[in-house]
Amino acid sequence: MKMLKNNLRELARYPSAIAGLVIIIALVILSIYTVIAIPYQEALRLWRGGEDIWYKNPKTAAPLWVNWFTVTKKSETIFLSTIEEPELKTVTVDSSGYNRFEIVMPFEYEADEFPKDMAFFFNSTFTEKQPHLSITLLTPDGRELRVADFSIKATQTYRPMQDDRLTRRLGGLTADKGFFNDPNATKENPVPLKGAYQLKIEGFTFEKDNNIDAEVVLYGNLAGWAGTDHRRRDLGVALLWGTPVALAFGLLAALGTTVTTMAISGVATWFGGIVDDIIQRITEVNMMLPFLPILIMISTFYSRSIAVILGATILLSIFGSGIKTYRAVFMQIKESPYIEAARSYGASDVRIIFNYLIPRIIPLIIPQLVVLIPSFVFLEASLSLLGLGDPVLPTWGKIINDAQTNGALYQGQYYWVLEPAILLIFTGLAFALVGFALDRIFNPRLREL
Amino acid sequence: MPLSDFYLISPESQSTMSEEPKVPASTAQTPPKKKKSGQSAFERIGRYTVVRLVTLLITVTVGVYLTILIANMGGYVDEIRRGEIREAVSLRIMNDPVLKNLPADARAKQMEGLIALEEKKAGLNQPFMVRSISFLKGAMTLNLGRAKSMSSDSGSRQVNLIILERLPSTLVLFGSTGLILFFAELFLALFLSRRYGSFLDKLVVALAPTSAAPGWFYGIFLILIFSALLKWLPFGGMVDAPPPDDRLQYFLSMLRHMILPVMAITVSQVFLSVFSWRTFFLIYSSEDYVEMAKAKGLTSRDIERRYVLRPTLPTIITSFALTLIGLWSGAPIFETVFNWPGLGRVLFQAVGLYDTAVIVASTVIFAYLLAITVFLLDFIYAMVDPRVKIGEGAKS
Repeated sequence: MKMLKNNLRELARYPSAIAGLVIIIALVILSIYTVIAIPYQEALRLWRGGEDIWYKNPKTAAPLWVNWFTVTKKSETIFLSTIEEPELKTVTVDSSGYNRFEIVMPFEYEADEFPKDMAFFFNSTFTEKQPHLSITLLTPDGRELRVADFSIKATQTYRPMQDDRLTRRLGGLTADKGFFNDPNATKENPVPLKGAYQLKIEGFTFEKDNNIDAEVVLYGNLAGWAGTDHRRRDLGVALLWGTPVALAFGLLAALGTTVTTMAISGVATWFGGIVDDIIQRITEVNMMLPFLPILIMISTFYSRSIAVILGATILLSIFGSGIKTYRAVFMQIKESPYIEAARSYGASDVRIIFNYLIPRIIPLIIPQLVVLIPSFVFLEASLSLLGLGDPVLPTWGKIINDAQTNGALYQGQYYWVLEPAILLIFTGLAFALVGFALDRIFNPRLREL
Repeated sequence: MPLSDFYLISPESQSTMSEEPKVPASTAQTPPKKKKSGQSAFERIGRYTVVRLVTLLITVTVGVYLTILIANMGGYVDEIRRGEIREAVSLRIMNDPVLKNLPADARAKQMEGLIALEEKKAGLNQPFMVRSISFLKGAMTLNLGRAKSMSSDSGSRQVNLIILERLPSTLVLFGSTGLILFFAELFLALFLSRRYGSFLDKLVVALAPTSAAPGWFYGIFLILIFSALLKWLPFGGMVDAPPPDDRLQYFLSMLRHMILPVMAITVSQVFLSVFSWRTFFLIYSSEDYVEMAKAKGLTSRDIERRYVLRPTLPTIITSFALTLIGLWSGAPIFETVFNWPGLGRVLFQAVGLYDTAVIVASTVIFAYLLAITVFLLDFIYAMVDPRVKIGEGAKS
């Protein structure tokens, strides 16, 4: 134990190891934060919920921070809602006792390009007579554009860009350009007019105590800190939740494999003879089994649940090259005088294997274990990339898979691939750096090289 | 501390193929025993090879049998067969004018009877242990049944045709990558062991952890840089579409498509391998007999070839075999990322279409490929390993 502590102290001498450790600690903190901030059920709701949850996001929008690096500013997504901000809505009761709504939504438009799409969502309560709306837009230069007048159902969606009458009224420009075009710009080369806009929605109801709520989304090319995917989902959820999943998978698989391998190898070496032979043969067969194809087969035929895959991974990796390496070390330890002493005072086989043999090898195992973690993290990503990831959990590999199947690289949606990829490589590198440094510490022969 | 301890570090450096301990440094020192008369090195290599061949065949059989067991645990192999039989029988009834005009329930009864008969004929009512042996025989002889929905380019539903058609592209890609990797790594490792402590050496040591990420991962980055951003190289595939008629053009187009995949594998492998091989060379260069050779005034070329490379080569080949096994195993994902029309992609497509017969068959083929790779490298191993050649300690 003391030796372990000393060795860990030595780790501080390697700057690369410190960098690795810092990343690992950061990832662990991120995982803990994620699990607390977005509980499992909430994450599933956000990731699997359906259009009701995602309608506020544009499709395949890049993250907001893209604007920090560009001169021409891309359009950010603007979301205005009377449900979330009731103060936008003023209700007056007119002479006949019916509610009259005046909704004023101010917003700043600062982008150098037009919004990608826009949508108005209305909710209203009424029994028979539909409420009536009239929508106008006030531009920064004081023009007042009539958008539309119509009656609404209990839930109503209005998409100005698909409204032909509006397009005609705006002089042949679709709503995105029609609303935001600078009047001085040519029609062929429209430029958005920046400044403070105001969207005014007047609502008339024809029954007592009717209510109207409005939500307006100006879909831009940017949304959220992580961007969105083809189904309007916020990638942030998956990126965050991918962290604990990846760490847990990598750690459990590495731990399960190494510990079992160590125990089996110890038993094989101690008993020798036929036990050893059988285990050696199993190892040889197992090492030649096509690992990934078998894993693919298992996840296609049985279950894609991450627990099953974890189990199968561990089972297939137990009889790996580790058995042979540990065997070589155990062989040496087996001949040590203290083992002979233990044998002479009648220690049982189990006692010798688990109390005397295995503890000696633990320092050698630790670097191996740490180096193994990234390979399992990437294994999970590989399976997800093949579409065999856990059907429920959002993981990094699945984001890459979605991106690949939707041709993100062809269409220049680099953020979609890069974000999970960078997290993956950070995780992989961090563990590899620490593992390499540990290896040098525990295997002094390497130190001078 | 034994050398093998050092190899805890790199996952690909243990001996898969032979269970002899690593070449101890002393082997090279001990003078070769006099050859037994009547048994040439050639014979010994031959015998070694035959023994390995038999061992590997047994290994493949066990592997394939395991695959069948896994695949049939949910009755999937049976399902393939049952489905085939049901389809054939119902087709026969539909085409039979007498049976077709029977009332529905009588026809159904007739059909069930026929299916039962056919299943009995196919041996499906036998216990699984017996059936699995017949599956095993089929799989070992590549008699792999018919695909549910996939077909080969020539339109056949025969699974072995689908698979064999894709085999060459996989072989071309991974074969050439393997060769390039081996020689590049060997050369670089030797070069660095000579320039120990130089900037390049330190760079490789620093970059070694990057091998934590697999080839497909770097592939995505390379595609992003060279295809998406710079537009120099194709996104994927094996040749241009439509494929050029001219042989030379075809070859050149394929070469162009191979640049990125080869690069991706190289980037993911080269640093760790070069790092561990170079360390290995360095350890061997500090052996006493190398010092002795230096004292004798041998040229560094000779020392490298005869005293460093010679004893390390078997281990390096073993380590390389493991790398290749890793590459083969990773083919499904790698070929998917690069859209390479090989075996791995067949497996991926079969997963998408849920074509059980093809999935099982691909796994079987991969088992074969791994065994053949190991066998070929074993053969080379036998040629370079002095123990096999001289007959000392060559117990296999």
